[in-house]
Amino acid sequence: MKILYFAWVRQRIGKSEEDIALTQETATVADLIALLAGRGGGYAEAFEDPSRIRAAVNQDHVRFDAKLANADEVAFFPPVTGG
Amino acid sequence: MKTIRIQADDFDAGAECTALRTGRLQTGALVSFTGIVRSDDGLSALTLEHYPGMTEREIARHVDEAQKRWPILGATVIHRIGRLVPGDNIVLVAVASSHRKAAFEAAEFLIDYLKTRAPFWKREQRGSTIEWLEAKDSDASAAARWYPP
Repeated sequence: MKILYFAWVRQRIGKSEEDIALTQETATVADLIALLAGRGGGYAEAFEDPSRIRAAVNQDHVRFDAKLANADEVAFFPPVTGG
Repeated sequence: MKTIRIQADDFDAGAECTALRTGRLQTGALVSFTGIVRSDDGLSALTLEHYPGMTEREIARHVDEAQKRWPILGATVIHRIGRLVPGDNIVLVAVASSHRKAAFEAAEFLIDYLKTRAPFWKREQRGSTIEWLEAKDSDASAAARWYPP
């Protein structure tokens, strides 16, 4: 599964994408956030306040209880500021 | 007719509006909104990044939604990315319809949704300080009014 990071999430983590294998422990977006935050360092910094993070699965906005079973691409980013 | 473009280059709002109405003689109203980089308290530049693929999908979904809600004949949405300075165009939303009400409302719906759902992020530069722009509650409430509880 491809994981993408944008804006300050990308800056804190220090990379724009990576591959992560799904396990039974990562059933939902919230599980994935917990796994990533648990890596410490820039990951912990990026996910320190999940209320400031938004997620997309397969390029659709989702809530953190969304399942990852059919996810090919998951993205994490701050609330959007375009327009 | 649906035109969606994400580009670093500038756009010509007049030419885009002409293209939107040309050959569509049912068009009686054309509303366009151009967003421009404002020289806010010392702002020297804005840098925009986006999520390629999702951005286009998210905008297309809202143009489709606008076409369901209002009898519009076409819409053009162009959003720039990269480094922009005060006075530069950022975004164009143009909607053609037979009558003005649908064109005004659909254009407002599209820009409200673009601001709260399309995955773009702005970084603001003031002097040597560069900071990510925080999302505004006023933008969220502007978008929320299109989906009453």
